[in-house]
Amino acid sequence: MSTTNSTITEDIRAKAKQLLSSGEVAAFLGFTTGTLPMTMRPFVARRPEDAERLVWNSFCVMNLANYLPDLLKSVEPPRGPKDPPPEGPLPKVGVLATGCWSRNIVVQIQENQVQRDRLVILGIGSRGMVDRKKVLAQVDGREVWTSEEGEHSLVIEGPGFKKEIQRWDVVRDNCQTCIHPNPVIYDYQVGQPVSPREVKDRFRQVNEIEAMSSEERWSWFQEEISSCIRCYACRNACPLCYCPTCFVDDSRPQWVGKSIDLADTSIFHILRAYHCAGRCTDCGACESACPMGIHMRLFTKKLEKDVLELYGTEAGMDPDVPLPLTTYKEDDPQNFLITEAVGQTSEAGEGVKP
Amino acid sequence: MDKTSVQKKEWEPKIIAFLCNWCSYAGADLAGVSRFQYPPNIRVVRVPCSGRMSPNILLDALKAGADGVLVSGCHPGDCHYISGNLFARRRFAIFKSLIEFLGIEPGRLNFSWISAAEGEQFAKVVKEVTERVRALGPARRLVKEI
Ligand code: SF4
Ligand code: SF4
Ligand code: SF4
Ligand code: FES
Repeated sequence: MSTTNSTITEDIRAKAKQLLSSGEVAAFLGFTTGTLPMTMRPFVARRPEDAERLVWNSFCVMNLANYLPDLLKSVEPPRGPKDPPPEGPLPKVGVLATGCWSRNIVVQIQENQVQRDRLVILGIGSRGMVDRKKVLAQVDGREVWTSEEGEHSLVIEGPGFKKEIQRWDVVRDNCQTCIHPNPVIYDYQVGQPVSPREVKDRFRQVNEIEAMSSEERWSWFQEEISSCIRCYACRNACPLCYCPTCFVDDSRPQWVGKSIDLADTSIFHILRAYHCAGRCTDCGACESACPMGIHMRLFTKKLEKDVLELYGTEAGMDPDVPLPLTTYKEDDPQNFLITEAVGQTSEAGEGVKP
Repeated sequence: MDKTSVQKKEWEPKIIAFLCNWCSYAGADLAGVSRFQYPPNIRVVRVPCSGRMSPNILLDALKAGADGVLVSGCHPGDCHYISGNLFARRRFAIFKSLIEFLGIEPGRLNFSWISAAEGEQFAKVVKEVTERVRALGPARRLVKEI
């Protein structure tokens, strides 16, 4: 393990242990090593001795904010639907947060899914998480037995090969274009804040697609989603998707067909992306969770770009700035209206008065 | 039915128009009463406010085989529910841009503000939408081929 990661891991363990043994938090949410190489698994420590199992490295690709609403409910004293809320403050939960996760927590606070005073946030400046699909591509898809992370490189070992690769080459697309790696809210800082990266054009991928013709974009979209098996892992991994009943599970009306016909899959992807408009932090958890390697992040990245251009906001940067689709301005741009093309008759119209 | 078997000549675009009860619906009424001609291609669905329109419903129309969709509400400032159309305006701007980014032809989804007094404007908008959709041809992209 690199020294950066081991220092952070040690700090996390110490802090989690202290928070759990002092009883300040009822549970601590972090990561532990998964069962496969290059996978990390979200982990809830509930006893001080569990803290030893917490680990930090470059494969913590899931967004921990995703588990917070349920975890907070799980530590509340049990009560029936009609019982009054318990007296006194409810138990707290400790959680790790990088830049994007902390922004998702802000969005959840704004949407009343979590309460700030029930969270103890350990902020971590993120150096960017590694995309295991990119690593696998570097070793021609061969099986990987172990990965050993150095400061700026990874040593990958499998049957009959051992390869050193540059870490930055296999960092996820969203992390490579991230300009907010440090948490926006936290109670304690773990490790050093990272200096914001130089990103030439964070919307480059979106711009390239925008430059294509409508026909080409449709082919790109269809090609991109053609292998989707509709497992909804992308939805389940997303901290914005806490709806008790998702539109894909509605049967009356049935908004989207259940088959993997491309028309159905297209509607699923359009609506899932749209539901994230103005809320998505480009954390990349959806893309990391996808078993088929679909780049659905590009759809939400387009939304991020539009929201920034049209309304000048970015999701979760400031709890006091309302989410863009929950507010409006009198003079919001409206050049998408067809009336802009046919011309507007003067107010109150020239037609015959009724 | 596939694209090739649909003869351009006999094909007439089918356009679903979601009109706000308080303004555009009355505008359509006025267009009729005042005998302004407009193409018979629209099927009107009356909605309580343009703010009622969820993108689910717009996609549902395309999925069910509509060739185009028009949503029309009150002018900003005139919404019966004060701000329904102002919230809707943000939603429509974002949604239209998203689906066009994903390759749905521009012109399939159309939005306008038409007041109850703008019968002529209503006729003009319907003409324009019909022409645009006609030029695009039948919408098959979100229709399941069974
Ligand atoms: S895709 Fe939409 S409806 Fe489904 S859980 Fe996410 S936000 Fe809710
Ligand atoms: S849509 Fe994807 S990138 Fe956006 S917040 Fe959800 S999981 Fe993260
Ligand atoms: S995770 Fe991937 S395969 Fe599963 S529904 Fe989402 S895009 Fe489709
Ligand atoms: S009442 Fe007409 S748009 Fe709201």
